Amino acid sequence: MSIRAENLTYVYGQGTAMEQYALRNVNFEILDGEFVGLIGHTGSGKSTLIQHLNGLIKPTGGTVYYDGVDIHSEGYSLRELRSKVGLVFQYPEHQLFEVDVFSDVCYGPKNLGLTKEETEQRARDALRLVGLEERYWEQSPFELSGGQKRRVAIAGVLAMNPRVLILDEPTAGLDPRGRDEILDEIRELHSERNMSIILVSHSMEDMAKYAGRLMVMNQGEKVFDGSPREVFEHYRELEAIGLAAPEVTYIVHELRDHGVPIGDDITTVEEAQKAILKLLGGGNHD
Amino acid sequence: MGIIKASRLVFDYIKRDEDENIQEVDRAIDHLDVDIEKGSFVAILGHNGSGKSTFAKQINGILTPTEGTVWVSDRSTAEEEAVWEIRKKAGMVFQNPDNQIIGNVVEEDVGFGPENIGVPTEEIWRRVDESLKAVGMTAYRYKSPNKLSGGQKQRVAIAGVMAMRPECIILDEPTAMLDPNGRKEVIRTIGELNRKEGITVLLITHYMEEVIWADRVIVMDDGKLVMDGAPKEIFSQVDQLKQYRLDVPQVTELAHGLRQAGVEIPKGILSRKELLQALLPVFEERFPGQITR
Repeated sequence: MSIRAENLTYVYGQGTAMEQYALRNVNFEILDGEFVGLIGHTGSGKSTLIQHLNGLIKPTGGTVYYDGVDIHSEGYSLRELRSKVGLVFQYPEHQLFEVDVFSDVCYGPKNLGLTKEETEQRARDALRLVGLEERYWEQSPFELSGGQKRRVAIAGVLAMNPRVLILDEPTAGLDPRGRDEILDEIRELHSERNMSIILVSHSMEDMAKYAGRLMVMNQGEKVFDGSPREVFEHYRELEAIGLAAPEVTYIVHELRDHGVPIGDDITTVEEAQKAILKLLGGGNHD
Repeated sequence: MGIIKASRLVFDYIKRDEDENIQEVDRAIDHLDVDIEKGSFVAILGHNGSGKSTFAKQINGILTPTEGTVWVSDRSTAEEEAVWEIRKKAGMVFQNPDNQIIGNVVEEDVGFGPENIGVPTEEIWRRVDESLKAVGMTAYRYKSPNKLSGGQKQRVAIAGVMAMRPECIILDEPTAMLDPNGRKEVIRTIGELNRKEGITVLLITHYMEEVIWADRVIVMDDGKLVMDGAPKEIFSQVDQLKQYRLDVPQVTELAHGLRQAGVEIPKGILSRKELLQALLPVFEERFPGQITR
C-alpha cells in the first residue's frame, strides 16, 4: 500500500473574487505501516488534505495515487478506495444513527454487499478491536458515554477493513483517560494489524508519544516532514506558525542554554527524565 | 459565606419508564460541600462522569438539588422566584461555541441577553460596548459570527454573558473544541475578566496547563470533592491525581519523576521557570564551572 500526493493543490472558489488556496503543491508519500501525525492550526489545510486521500474532494491541481494509480483516472472505483482508506471525521459520534450499536457498525460492510454472516463477523471484530464490551452492543448508541460513542463510530469505519485509517482529532473533547484509551487502541491497530495511520491532532505531547513521522501544514503548504525529533527541533519556527513543541522540549533547550550537556533530541517526559538522571547519576548513583 | 455555596448537595439523575416508575437512579453528586469566595478563580477538575458539569448546572438553576442546598449570593437555587435573579448573577459558557451563538451580527448576539430581560436600549448598547471591549472583540462587532474562529466565537459567547453584568461566570470546558491558539485566547480573556473586572470564575477543564494560575483547584470524583487546594498543593500529589484519572502538566510530571529518583528539588513545581531554577544548582554541583545562570 502507498498513498502518494503529487503537487496536490486545491483552490476554493477558483476564478472568483473569493479564490483561496487551501492546498498548494503538496508532495508526500505514505507507505505501508507508517504512523503519521498531521499537524497544523485551524485553517492550515489539514482537513482538506485528508479528504483528498480517499477521494472525497477532487484536487484542482496535482494527483493523488493509491498504489501507484491515479484515483481520479477513468474507471477507478472511488467506492473501493473508500473501503481501503477509512476516514474518521471529527466528532464522528454525531454520525451515529442506528437503533443499536451493533447495527450501526454493520451499516458500512452491509453496503459493501457482503453477506449477513460476513457483515456481522466484521462488526464483531471491529467492536472488539476498539474494546467495546459486548454488553453495550444491543444498546442505543445514544445512551453511551462520549468515549464509547466515539469508539462505536471508529468501529464503523474499521468494519470496512481499511488498510489505512485516517482520524481527524479523534480525542477532541474526551477526558485524559478517554484520550489515552483511544490512542492506545489506535496504536494497537497500527502495530498488530499493520494498518497505516494518519492522525490529525493538536496535541504535540500525543504526537511525540505515538507518531513515527510528522507532517506540519501551514497556509496550505507542507512545511515540515520528518520524525518527531527532527520536527520538534524547529520549535521556534513552529511557534511562528502558531504551533509549539511538547513542553518538555522547551525544558531541555533551556537547560542546554545554561550549559547543561543534555541532548537536544528529547521529545517525551520519559526521555527527559532518563537523560537528566544519567547526567546527574554519573559517578554518584551508578 | 462566599458567592456560591453548596451544602450537603446531592443530585440524582432519575430514569423513569413509561408509567413514571423509577427505573434507575444515578447519583451524580454525592453530598458535596463547597464554598466559593467572591472574586476568586477556581478550577474544577475531574474525569467525565465525575459530577463537575452537573455541579455547574446546579449553580445557575438549570438543575436543582435532590437533597441539600445551593446558594448563589445568598439565594437558594430551589426558590423558583430566585432563578432569574440567579441566572443574571451566574452566567454559563459551554463547550461548543456553535451552539451558543444566535445573532447574525456579533453585537446583536452580545445584546441578546440584556434585551431579553428588558434592559433599556441605550443601556444595552453601553453594555455591548463594554463587554466586547472586555473580551477584546470590539473590532469584530459588525461581523457575522459564522466567520469567526472557534476562540473568537467563545469570546463572543463570554461577552454575551458579561452583558448580563454577572458576578460570576461558570465555564464548562470552554476550550475543549478549540485549537491551541484559540485555547490561549480564551484562557487569557477569562483571566483578565477575573483580575480586572473582579468576576468570580469557575473553570471546568481537562487541560491542566489552564489551571496552574487559578487561586484554587477542586478535584471531583464520583460526585464527591476529593481534593481542594492551591495549584501547588494539588499538583504536588501526582500519584493521587493519576488515581483520579487526571493528567499532570509535563513539567510537574518530570519534576515528580526526578524527585522520586532522588534528585533534590522541591515539591509542587508547576512552571518551566521553577523547574529550571530548581535543577540548575543540582547541575552546578555535578558540572562545576560549566553552568551559567
